[in-house]
Amino acid sequence: MPLLQVKKMTHFFSGLRAVHNYDLSIDPGEVRGLIGPNGAGKTTIFNLITGVLTPTEGEITLDGVSLVGLKPHQIASMGIGRTFQNMKLWRHMTVLEHVKMARYSKLSYGLTGAFFGTMKRIREEKENEEHAYHLLELMEAAQFADQNVLNLPYGAQRRVEMARALATDPKILFLDEPTVGMTPEELVDMMNVFRKIREEFGLAIFLIEHRMKVVMELCERIQTLVFGEVIAEGTPDEIQNNPQVIEAYLGKEEVA
Amino acid sequence: MKVKKGTSARKKQPSTFRRFFSGIPALGWLLAAFIAVLLEYYIGDPLSEALGLPKIPVLFGVVVMLKKPFLIPGAFAYVFLIYAFPIAIIAKITAPITNWLTEKVFRLPLMVSAVLHLLFLYFILHLWSDVSDYRLLMLKLTMIGIILTLSLNVINGYMGEFSCSHPGFMALGAYTASTFTVLLFVKDRLFGPALLPPGLGQFLFPVALILGGLVAAVGALTVAIPSFRTRGDYLAIISLAFMFIVKSLIENLEVVGGPRGLSSQPDWADLPTVFVWTVLCVWTINNFVESTMGKALNAVRDEESAAEAMTVNTRQTKMIAFMFGAFWAGVAGGLFAHVLRYVNPGTFGIQKLAEVLAMVYFGGLNSVFGSIVGAVSFNLLSEALRPLEIFKWIIIPVLLILVMIYRPTGLIAFRRFNVREILRPKSGTKERV
Repeated sequence: MPLLQVKKMTHFFSGLRAVHNYDLSIDPGEVRGLIGPNGAGKTTIFNLITGVLTPTEGEITLDGVSLVGLKPHQIASMGIGRTFQNMKLWRHMTVLEHVKMARYSKLSYGLTGAFFGTMKRIREEKENEEHAYHLLELMEAAQFADQNVLNLPYGAQRRVEMARALATDPKILFLDEPTVGMTPEELVDMMNVFRKIREEFGLAIFLIEHRMKVVMELCERIQTLVFGEVIAEGTPDEIQNNPQVIEAYLGKEEVA
Repeated sequence: MKVKKGTSARKKQPSTFRRFFSGIPALGWLLAAFIAVLLEYYIGDPLSEALGLPKIPVLFGVVVMLKKPFLIPGAFAYVFLIYAFPIAIIAKITAPITNWLTEKVFRLPLMVSAVLHLLFLYFILHLWSDVSDYRLLMLKLTMIGIILTLSLNVINGYMGEFSCSHPGFMALGAYTASTFTVLLFVKDRLFGPALLPPGLGQFLFPVALILGGLVAAVGALTVAIPSFRTRGDYLAIISLAFMFIVKSLIENLEVVGGPRGLSSQPDWADLPTVFVWTVLCVWTINNFVESTMGKALNAVRDEESAAEAMTVNTRQTKMIAFMFGAFWAGVAGGLFAHVLRYVNPGTFGIQKLAEVLAMVYFGGLNSVFGSIVGAVSFNLLSEALRPLEIFKWIIIPVLLILVMIYRPTGLIAFRRFNVREILRPKSGTKERV
């Protein structure tokens, strides 16, 4: 059974059809890529599945449970972790606090714990902190733990964001252009991070990416989205040689 | 960010003044303050007479200076001889002893150490306020100010929404608590004879305050439900409306005295009661904002969509924080009513709102420490400048504007209130510097 399944999802922004009859099926542990020119609706698809937007039509199921109509925080605690194109870090919080925050729904000390500092709270916060440190070490960002997140170099901020997404204990990780604006060195680091995530957690990954090098190297299957519709789906090789994809990216070839 | 850079730059190069006092633990300052207060208690009267002052200057001599400028040297000398000089010298001299003592106490659980320090602090305040009734009243109102400021800071600072309904919550708390105590324990024109023996009342006073807080929290719920659907200015508008609704509601409720107000509250809000409630407030709010649940407020403020994606139930978080803030405003209102032993709806108007907002933004957003500093300094300032009458309302706003220009988020913003750090022995710092 697929982990995440989307069937015939359509979404309208008032009159504009942003996504049309979108189908997706991701198996546990699979790495799936989503490419397409700017404005094709890739981030909209992410927002639809993670509950930020509600689809006009269609079905979304995670492990057989329907996600349509649920709140983003509910979907997130059911096992869809995500990162954002522009990171969306919290500018007044330290790195450690970022990662701890992502386990909000796993804390059970409740309001009494929050107000009166019960033993349960102390224990849970301590566990939470250890878990956060573990993830930060994995992402090679533990040395920044007590710094404000804005003081970090760009690549490190990206790794913190990744650690934050991993702290929600996801079954599938949605990555929205994780390598945008990176220097070549940072890119190499990031590729290692992806590999580490796969080895360590065995997660499924759903990836939006513009850098073909990254997509082609990581993904087992790729979807190409143009104007809200999937025009091609297949292995990296198939996609690279698909005339429709080439046309969407480069324009039509004049046949002499 | 600007603020942050400023503090870190100063940290690297502490001034000689700062370095001189860096090795003194909290206990040292308390001990020094205690001795200064003792000094005033015993030689305050003869000293002020010798310096040509009519009586002991109540608020560090500022009032005297403003009323009678020719007494300025005397007032300065008094403050220097009783407070500044003894405190500085004693704190410095006793530093080794107090550090040694602190180290002993610090080995016990943090709670024990905190309670011991607070007991000492209370003792000092008690002695200090014994000199005049005016000081006592000032002190109580300042503590109530701390509760108010802190609870508003949870909403306006930590959560980053702009709420204007704090006087309304205060009014709800004040009237609920007053009705409770007056109805049950006092023979009164409005409510008739006491229903329960007044001797019981002192013990049930906390119940009255908590009841007031709960009513305020329910009021907060009615504001929160419509306004937390979206972000932006809606809360400011709805909460402002709420404040006026509460005010005119009470003005038209003849049962509780209408615009004439409600009086003859029993005198149960004495210094220890107010002190304990203030400490409780600081403790619970600090606990809350330091927990991951409370930090979620910051996450919601800075980037709500990211908070949602990280499993934070943002709506619930905002509701809880808003109601929690309102609860403490209600408790503050109840205390306020029993300190003054008279309330009327006119008190809880736009001026009160301006006062509370000023205390929050003066002290610093997102900071428990800032709220305490803001409430204390604003109350002191506004009392000290009272002789200037109308000019007071020129000087205080100008000060506020200056703070806004040079410290846009307040004097001490975004600072953690770390009890362990405050109470730890400071002998080690010297070697590290």
